[in-house]
Amino acid sequence: MTDAPATQKVTGGGSPGPLRSLLSVLGAGLTKLRSLIGVTEVDTRLLGMVVALGVIWIGFNIVSGGNYLTPRNLWNLSVQSSSIAIMATGMVLIIVSRNIDLSVGSLLGFVGYTMAMVQVVWFPTSPLVWAIALLVGVSLGAIIGAFQGFIIAYGKVPAFIVTLGGYLVWRGLLFEYAQGQTLAPMDPTFQLLGGGPTGSLGQWPSWMVGGVACVGILYSLVNTRRKRRGYGFPLRPRWADVAIGAIGCAAVLGAILIANSYLWPQALAHNYAVANHITEPAGGLQIPVGIAFPVLITLAVGVVMTFIATRRRFGRYVFAIGGNPEAAELGGINVRRTIVSTYVLMGVLAAISAAISTARLNAGVTSLGVQNELDVIAAAVIGGTSFAGGVGTVAGAILGAVVMQSLRSGMLLLNVPSPVQDIVVGCVLVAAVGLDTFLRRRSTR
Amino acid sequence: MTAPQTVPLVAMRDIRVAFGGVRAVDDVTIDLRAGEVVGLVGGNGAGKSTLMRVLSGAHVADSGQILIEGQPVTITNPRDAKAYGIETIYQNLALADNVDAAANMFLGRELVTRLGSLDDGAMESATRKVMNRLNPNFKNFKAPVKSLSGGQRQSVAIARAVHFNARILIMDEPTAALGPAETAQVRDLIRQLKAEGIGIFLISHDIHDVFDLSDRISVMYHGKVVGTMDHDKVTSDDVLAMIIMGKKPSEVTTEELAQLHV
Repeated sequence: MTDAPATQKVTGGGSPGPLRSLLSVLGAGLTKLRSLIGVTEVDTRLLGMVVALGVIWIGFNIVSGGNYLTPRNLWNLSVQSSSIAIMATGMVLIIVSRNIDLSVGSLLGFVGYTMAMVQVVWFPTSPLVWAIALLVGVSLGAIIGAFQGFIIAYGKVPAFIVTLGGYLVWRGLLFEYAQGQTLAPMDPTFQLLGGGPTGSLGQWPSWMVGGVACVGILYSLVNTRRKRRGYGFPLRPRWADVAIGAIGCAAVLGAILIANSYLWPQALAHNYAVANHITEPAGGLQIPVGIAFPVLITLAVGVVMTFIATRRRFGRYVFAIGGNPEAAELGGINVRRTIVSTYVLMGVLAAISAAISTARLNAGVTSLGVQNELDVIAAAVIGGTSFAGGVGTVAGAILGAVVMQSLRSGMLLLNVPSPVQDIVVGCVLVAAVGLDTFLRRRSTR
Repeated sequence: MTAPQTVPLVAMRDIRVAFGGVRAVDDVTIDLRAGEVVGLVGGNGAGKSTLMRVLSGAHVADSGQILIEGQPVTITNPRDAKAYGIETIYQNLALADNVDAAANMFLGRELVTRLGSLDDGAMESATRKVMNRLNPNFKNFKAPVKSLSGGQRQSVAIARAVHFNARILIMDEPTAALGPAETAQVRDLIRQLKAEGIGIFLISHDIHDVFDLSDRISVMYHGKVVGTMDHDKVTSDDVLAMIIMGKKPSEVTTEELAQLHV
């Protein structure tokens, strides 16, 4: 551990004043803590991000006089992070395989507007219009992704160039066929994808989702332990498994509790009561909102993408290609097909985000997704994805998206003007990657 | 070899590879029998590695023919080569540095569960068994291979080549990064594989390695095979002279020989 000499220096120099002995106790405690964390095999970078997120939240809460850590704000934060978080999970795989996708913002706009066209212009009367819109959107995203990926992998044109072209082309096409028109409104079922009080699970389904998540966490811990024991591999200490399970379940249930503490706005609750002939109690009807659908989709995407990245051959190949493209090829991996697949996946994820954004806005507009590519790349990179390739996690990218949205919404709450917000987010991006590089260099020394 | 009448395991005929104007491999014909070790020697840039990369599917020859057990085959990528039981230990090891030993060993041939998910437990277990035999000191099964020592990395590359029941093994400088103990282990391994009937092409700068292990030795010089000799009919001085001058001992003049000894 690189900390040990520093601790000695503190205790060794001069008379052991109270401050010095306190520092040495703290230093020893930190070293102890680090070795404890090492035993649990928890990703320290992810842990660091969770701590950073906590600092940001508490900081904004203090500065805003307690207006930040409210159920309403946290719920909004979760919904606002969804679109970027979903795309960031795909961007991780793209960057891990040493490529980039600059076209996702334009792609999102193009696909989103097309889904609006389906609902407003092409099939406005069909009862299943929301399903048609989704099918068209996801197919379009996959086709465009495959097209770009094909040029990159088989045409050997650098990904930066191909997707820079895509950035211009898809936005240009969108402007060309939209002619400045805004399309509204969306189909009522489709609108649910955007969240809002009606586009949420409500109280009991939210608790059920939480329960399923807890069972999943506990099952995976038990299953991993059982398998490792079966093979006779070294086991994680039991207390570590118990602690991880307890903290994981507490976090899940805490999040559900917060989502359920956010209540329907009074006017909406009143309309609901009137429409359903419910007599309102004094103070109005209290309806918990629960987890919003876009957040539920994000979590599902996160689980599926983590599974793909870590438990499937495809994910293993993506990481191997990022680590050493030549070795991957010599190992018999079809590198080009794998690269195309990452772009198809990215296109599908951009389409899912497009559905959420369009539904949330309840309109198809030409400016949808502008600058999203930068936010998505920033989220992936803040989440620990390395531009050198071969390193990155889906969970990190989602956390990165939440960190960025937390900063933005906090500054919005404090009435920080938009240009200053950009300056802060830009500085945080560079500082986060710089700090990460520094810490990694120190740990490998 | 006293009974060369059988069909060779591998025959490479008139293989030619050019990089721009340079003929890296120039009409080379070479063969390998089952249970035989053929040493490939030559100076830097003689074309040994390029010739072997053709056989392992890493590079497609401009012309020439490859026969496996007498049947002409087409090898255009490493997947084809592996399908014919050709395994390769590359000089640069060809490891994905960011993943662990098991992931590297099974790269491209992962074990999966019934549902098609990676079976990391089974892969780690198999890797532990193989490494136990090859390099008992190997302990870092969870670490990315970039954090391993040169010898450990080499063990991973060797383990990958021998685990999948190869019939034909190409070893390009297999002991370059190894210490004396591990080198001895690799030599034992080569003898053992040979006894199992596997044909081995061995590229090495270490002429003693080649002499101790090979049945036949082929010397390459500027993309051509100068000569292929039975191990017991040449001396290491002969081979050295061929490597340096690109001629068979019988063709070397006394003046050239004198120059060599200056």
